Amino acid sequence: MTRPPTTMPVIFERSVPGRIAAAPPAPDVPDVPMETIVDAAHLRNTPPILPEVSELDLVRHYTRLSHRNYSVDAGFYPLGSCTMKYNPKINEDAAGLAGFARLHPNTPDPLAQGALELLWRLEQMLCEISGMDRVTFQPSAGAHGEMTALMMIRAYLEDRGERRTRVIVPDSAHGTNPASAAMCGFEVVTVRSDARGNIDHAALRRATDGSVAALMLTNPNTLGLFEEGIYEVAEIVHGCGALMYLDGANFNAMLGITRPGDQGFDVMHMNVHKTFGTPHGGGGPGAGPVAVKRLLEPYMPAPTVERDGDRFLLDGDRPKSIGRVRAFNGNFGIFVRTYAYLLAYGPLLRQVSEAAVLNANYLLALLRPHFDLPYDRRCMHEFVLSGRRQKEQHGIRTLEIAKRLLDYGFHAPTVYFPLIVSEAILIEPTETESRQTLDEFADAMIRVAGECATDPETVRNAPHSTAVTRLDEVAAARKLNLRWTAGGGSGS
Amino acid sequence: MFPTDRRYTRDHEWAQKENGRVRIGITAFAAERLSDIVFVELPKVGAEVRAGAAFGAIESVKAASDLYAPVSGRVVEVNQAVIDGPEALNQDPHGSAWMVVMEMSAPEEWDQLLDSEAYAALVGAEQT
Repeated sequence: MTRPPTTMPVIFERSVPGRIAAAPPAPDVPDVPMETIVDAAHLRNTPPILPEVSELDLVRHYTRLSHRNYSVDAGFYPLGSCTMKYNPKINEDAAGLAGFARLHPNTPDPLAQGALELLWRLEQMLCEISGMDRVTFQPSAGAHGEMTALMMIRAYLEDRGERRTRVIVPDSAHGTNPASAAMCGFEVVTVRSDARGNIDHAALRRATDGSVAALMLTNPNTLGLFEEGIYEVAEIVHGCGALMYLDGANFNAMLGITRPGDQGFDVMHMNVHKTFGTPHGGGGPGAGPVAVKRLLEPYMPAPTVERDGDRFLLDGDRPKSIGRVRAFNGNFGIFVRTYAYLLAYGPLLRQVSEAAVLNANYLLALLRPHFDLPYDRRCMHEFVLSGRRQKEQHGIRTLEIAKRLLDYGFHAPTVYFPLIVSEAILIEPTETESRQTLDEFADAMIRVAGECATDPETVRNAPHSTAVTRLDEVAAARKLNLRWTAGGGSGS
Repeated sequence: MFPTDRRYTRDHEWAQKENGRVRIGITAFAAERLSDIVFVELPKVGAEVRAGAAFGAIESVKAASDLYAPVSGRVVEVNQAVIDGPEALNQDPHGSAWMVVMEMSAPEEWDQLLDSEAYAALVGAEQT
């Protein structure tokens, strides 16, 4: 294989004055000077510097760039807590059906019955899987779902005349949890994890009183461990009138096996891109539908999708609603994919989670002798190793192990998260990987662990085979420069 | 490893009394754990902070974290040098890279803080 050159010119450097990609026809409307339609104060004095290239230059430039990308379609992506599963292509076909893809969001309900029925039926499915009563499709992504849920909780409490100001978040939580709580005006209280990786019950009891609005919990948590005392946790929280929020980022571990609604959760978000085979990453549209128990139904964002006999409609007459959190009903195309995914599995959905958990435990068994395992329990769909041993014995940081894996053709796992594990390596294989792929990945991890002892310099300076080698992350963060300028000077 | 002339929090801040005021920073252990620190956000002079509450934020190439006030009171001095050059926190966390100086509003809180021996024990426990 020929290696691509390590640097390539930016599109501006390909520019040749006067070169164009296409010649538009002469306008058939009068040419009007810009000054006559835009206030002079808003016009720039110098024309912008734009690249002048041919269509072929343009195509080659971006095709080359895309070849440098890494995707789940190209290789294994064990990025823990992100559930980088493969998305079946049939979902794309469904979303591309003209009746869905070309439907205008302002189409009146009677002319959009198919789309509304899809949302209604998907809501029933998500309720069945989650053990909840209603679902809103508006939130654009997981963190937006967290915020929507907290706004509903606040509306519910205010409706009851209660003023509660604190939200409890365990120290193993995703960073978005405290951020969402703070954005909603709550004070965040952190509760520690115990030695088995569960939320510390004694600490939770101490923190929970009449000022607490909710507990935000991830289950399985970010250590990949099932919260063993979940019923007791729910009892403590409900006991003082607070609500249970589930961060559904790790829902992929429990489909068809156990339901958040049965575990005592009152509200949760689902990352359909993590759990239900819709595109993930690359800035594509996401979706974070929020499922609620009946007690929060009046506060759901309006409108909701309702069924009246054989007709489906959007119901905006919801006086206690927190209002819209997004235009229309979220990213509709993503829900077409979700629906297709769920229809394809049907009652076999449980096998998704069983295979995800089995794959994680298989990989853990292969890697356990070579790395530290701070919380030694049967894992769920992901697990957390520590590179402590490599750091102490050979002076190799986890970051360097992750970089070295790139040389073996794998995307690196999540590193340094969760924060409660030093030199953390968070690995999530997902159910879509074969045993052969897992073996190859384990083999690469074990080789890197060996290299830490036999050839530490190679690990320390990795990666060696990628288009771009080690970046100076510290300089990049301290001297942030996001703009290319002509002549190579740094922009601002 | 941890100077005995000051007290510590469980969240890895240090606090040093001087002329009735308290100088505050983060410990070498915290700086080492965070690795290369690239950004620090500190309160303005005059800000009121509460013991145990976040008074600022710190970001490294690895993680972002809140800074928790060891004691309650009013901020009377802010170290602009660490805002301008956060790398100082990796070089001299117990010295020149202090963060703020506060006037205590509840002096009894001082006794809640850990001494250097207790903090070293805490750090030892976290490392195992």
